[in-house]
Amino acid sequence: MNASPDITERFKRGDKGAVARAISWAENGDPRFATLIADVYSKVGHAWRIGITGPPGAGKSTLVNEIAKALRTRERTVGILAVDPSSPLSGGALLGDRIRMEERTLDKGIYIRSMASRGSHGGLSRTTVDACDAMDAFGFDEIVVETVGVGQAEYDVVSAADTVVVVLCPGAGDGVQAMKAGLLEVADVLAVNKAELPGADRLIMDLEEAVHIRLAGKSTWMTPVVACSAARGDGIEDLIAAVERHREHLKAHDLDGIRREKRLAQVHRVLDERIAEHLWSGGGFGERARALLDSGRSPYDVVAELFSALLAEHRHQKNGAK
Amino acid sequence: MSAQDVKQVDARALWQEAFEGARKRDVDFSSVSGSKLKGLYGPEDASVDFARDLGYPGQFPFTRGVHATMYRSRLWTMRQFAGFGSAQQTNERFKFLLEHGQTGLSTAFDFPTLMGYDSDHERSRGEVGQVGVAISSLRDMQTLMDGIPMADVSTSMTINGPAPILLAFYIACGERQGVDPKLLRGTVQNDILKEFQAQHAWIVPAEPALRMITDVMGYCSTHVPQWNTISISGYHIREAGSTAAQELAFTLANGMEYVKRGIAAGLDVDDFAPRLSFFFDSHIDFFEEIAKFRAARRIWARKMRDTFGAKDPKSWMVRFHTQTAGVTLTAQQPENNIVRTAFEALAAVLGGTQSLHTNSMDETLSLPTEKAVKIALRTQQIIAEETEVAHVIDPLAGSYFVEAQTNRLEAEAEKYFAEIERRGGVVPATEAGYIQREIHRSAVGYQAAVERGSKKVVGVNCYEEDHDRTPTIEIHKIDPAVERDQHQRLAEVRKKRDAAKAKSAIDDIRDACKGTDNLLERFVAAAHAECTLGEIAQVLRDEFGEYKEPKIL
Amino acid sequence: MTDRKIRVLVAKPGLDGHDRGAKTVASVLRDSGMEVIYTGLHQTPEMIAEVAVQEDVDVVGLSILSGAHMELFPRVREELKKRGLDHVLLTGGGIIPGEDMEKLESQGFAKLFGPGTRTDAIAEYIKTEMKRRWAHTS
Ligand SMILES: Nc1nc2c(ncn2[C@@H]2O[C@H](COP(=O)(O)OP(=O)(O)O)[C@@H](O)[C@H]2O)c(=O)[nH]1
Ligand SMILES: [Mg+2]
Repeated sequence: MNASPDITERFKRGDKGAVARAISWAENGDPRFATLIADVYSKVGHAWRIGITGPPGAGKSTLVNEIAKALRTRERTVGILAVDPSSPLSGGALLGDRIRMEERTLDKGIYIRSMASRGSHGGLSRTTVDACDAMDAFGFDEIVVETVGVGQAEYDVVSAADTVVVVLCPGAGDGVQAMKAGLLEVADVLAVNKAELPGADRLIMDLEEAVHIRLAGKSTWMTPVVACSAARGDGIEDLIAAVERHREHLKAHDLDGIRREKRLAQVHRVLDERIAEHLWSGGGFGERARALLDSGRSPYDVVAELFSALLAEHRHQKNGAK
Repeated sequence: MSAQDVKQVDARALWQEAFEGARKRDVDFSSVSGSKLKGLYGPEDASVDFARDLGYPGQFPFTRGVHATMYRSRLWTMRQFAGFGSAQQTNERFKFLLEHGQTGLSTAFDFPTLMGYDSDHERSRGEVGQVGVAISSLRDMQTLMDGIPMADVSTSMTINGPAPILLAFYIACGERQGVDPKLLRGTVQNDILKEFQAQHAWIVPAEPALRMITDVMGYCSTHVPQWNTISISGYHIREAGSTAAQELAFTLANGMEYVKRGIAAGLDVDDFAPRLSFFFDSHIDFFEEIAKFRAARRIWARKMRDTFGAKDPKSWMVRFHTQTAGVTLTAQQPENNIVRTAFEALAAVLGGTQSLHTNSMDETLSLPTEKAVKIALRTQQIIAEETEVAHVIDPLAGSYFVEAQTNRLEAEAEKYFAEIERRGGVVPATEAGYIQREIHRSAVGYQAAVERGSKKVVGVNCYEEDHDRTPTIEIHKIDPAVERDQHQRLAEVRKKRDAAKAKSAIDDIRDACKGTDNLLERFVAAAHAECTLGEIAQVLRDEFGEYKEPKIL
Repeated sequence: MTDRKIRVLVAKPGLDGHDRGAKTVASVLRDSGMEVIYTGLHQTPEMIAEVAVQEDVDVVGLSILSGAHMELFPRVREELKKRGLDHVLLTGGGIIPGEDMEKLESQGFAKLFGPGTRTDAIAEYIKTEMKRRWAHTS
């Protein structure tokens, strides 16, 4: 299917409605996304991608709003993706992060998109990267992705970013929790938000100590711990400076290689999806698997049989093409 | 065990058996707040120590009422909330109500005023005068009170974010009428916490908003001593969908926060606590509401005396205004609303309210018409004059059921107080959206119950009639000319005033924002200098920032 | 297409703070499988339309209880139109007298819902309407 020429043209003209539609296509698995992104892919790679994650209520959205505001004073344009979980029961979602970013709504240099996680985590990572690629190709200088970080599965999502900022705050689920949850593993920058509240100093100390124990001697990048207060607009500059330093660090340490690996991961995801779709919707594998299971075969047997069938089909296609 | 006891035990067992065995109607036997109800209450359900838990009217813990005589000395104040269109139109409605026997004024403001915008602000378009009166300047306030002797009436103003500014207009207006502020009587709602939680008309964030509230308490305790500086309101919490227990708990928790703030600001608790008043909803569940009012008095008295160390019995008392529940009114078969309102009003009276607003039958559709307002007022008059219920103080005390409900509500409120404390207090709990989420959960639960049919609403999910969308009763609409006229009036005010004086008054407010000087004092000066509401509120926005709601859903 | 969801913007135009209805409806739409974007209180028509663009929503639902619907609803429609969003299903509810509803519906609003409406009826309406529209387009 062709990307509707109208949307591509509007996309290139800088019409936000077109990037919005492109992201919807990516979310819905609409093949028009592939066509569109291929058309504009030479532009991808310009933007710096900042992932913001952390427990619910840490102040991520408030912080994203402040970061965007600060970046705007530097004349940088910003694309924001705010991801929230879908309800596992209904498949629906309530997306409310925009409330905290309301002041940015009418800013021409800002685009904000709310996205629901929609079930599978692999799928979410794929869509997140697609959305970032779309915003990147659209021409934003900076891309900020907010996701809730509560379990392992979310790390995939943020690891699509160039710089991952993990946001924590004193009180609810503090440092130790975060370390347990492995949030520290993915952090390039640690932000302690609500720094004006009691307990913040303690949390900063704990985190610094943890970073030292974990990373000393093992890595060329020492994850900095930055204190900020999104509510008061304090520490935002420090946070942005830390992101900048990480960016310089990566540039000096094979950024292209790192990004290529990330793109490769995306190739994996898309390929997996493609194969799965081919198998389960088009290929009649579902019925075959059912029949084999009914005849008493083990799941492994069934897989072995289906897999060789797949390879045979593939070989056949290749020969047929000759 | 005497022979009589044995007989009673047998009787109980007999009843129990008959009751358990009988077929029951297929309905949800719970209160409107979803609290399960037994079929019968007895002494075992209502453990009450008479001296400790009830006492006498006018005495600690005031469960039975705040006055020794209650309605034998004076009936409750019949105070119908009114306000729409221009200051002049509302002034006429005020006079109409006073002529028909109303004993106090109560002002509803339009949304621009409630949010601190002048009538000619871009955001005010289409909203000027719609749900209340538009007051943007001292001049509007003077029109509103024209011909009404301000030394003789008590005026309540339902305003929160900009409450100190509107109060300043009122004080200045009184001074222009030649009335000493010491003689002014009335109330500003001034309850910003419940705005963040439920009603959602705000200007600045919590901390500066709370500072302005203590500024009002401080200023009034010396300059306007008869003024009720705050009306701690459960009404909007309930209307937003809370249960009775939540209304009670969150309202009193807010009240306690104001007390803490006043004390922290260096005020003596007995200097300001007697000027705190309350405002509750009277919902459709008759007994639960009566119990709620009684529990409110008891809890507050205990907290004020025992936790905050107040010594003046006036500081211990919950004096409260009540409004019947707007949310129980239906657009379908609107005349039925008269009946609902009558029951709700009766509950408020039996619960010992100090003043009462009864809703008009057409309020779900638009602003009330004069006829509907009159019927609403007459409803109160019928309760007061015909039913004879006002002759006896706290007539339901000792009812096993009512005492059990009073105890239950007190216990549920205590649980919420503990949870709020665990979350660092009312302000953090509100900023994090906890209280809003609790209210939302109840609202969604109730809506689902109505749609399932386990809670009934006549005309909505039972006894429905084919009705077309056009309401069958006359409705009241606001003339768009009101907005145009307001623009003109404001332009005139700005042109005629002494520009230098206005500017320096604004600068003084800015300085006070940066420092600690009493803001209300500066607002009064700005009112006299003809600064407008929007201009003053803008300084606050510039200096303190705007409040932003948390994500609830 | 794998998994197309109905995306709805639930918005509160104007200054009124009564969000009980909007939030209840938002929750119900979520529970019926839609993706609901909620932008909070006190929105201007311009903000609502801009969000509709950025979020590529299928439906915009307005909730208003301030009496200013005859001013604000048409302005939202205008702003949407200006941004080329004529295709969006524009609905809403609140305290709106019958005659005003009729006027708005004749101006291009989809069905409007008054007080006492069942929330599941709103969800059902949106689903049916979107199914019909999607059948026509893709
Ligand atoms: N005290 C304080 N509260 C903050 C700060 N930043 C955000 N908040 C509050 O934390 C709550 C959650 O914020 P939000 O940005 O929605 O958090 P998210 O869930 O991580 O996106 C809101 O009520 C904010 O007002 C801060 O720096 N200090
Ligand atoms: Mg967030």
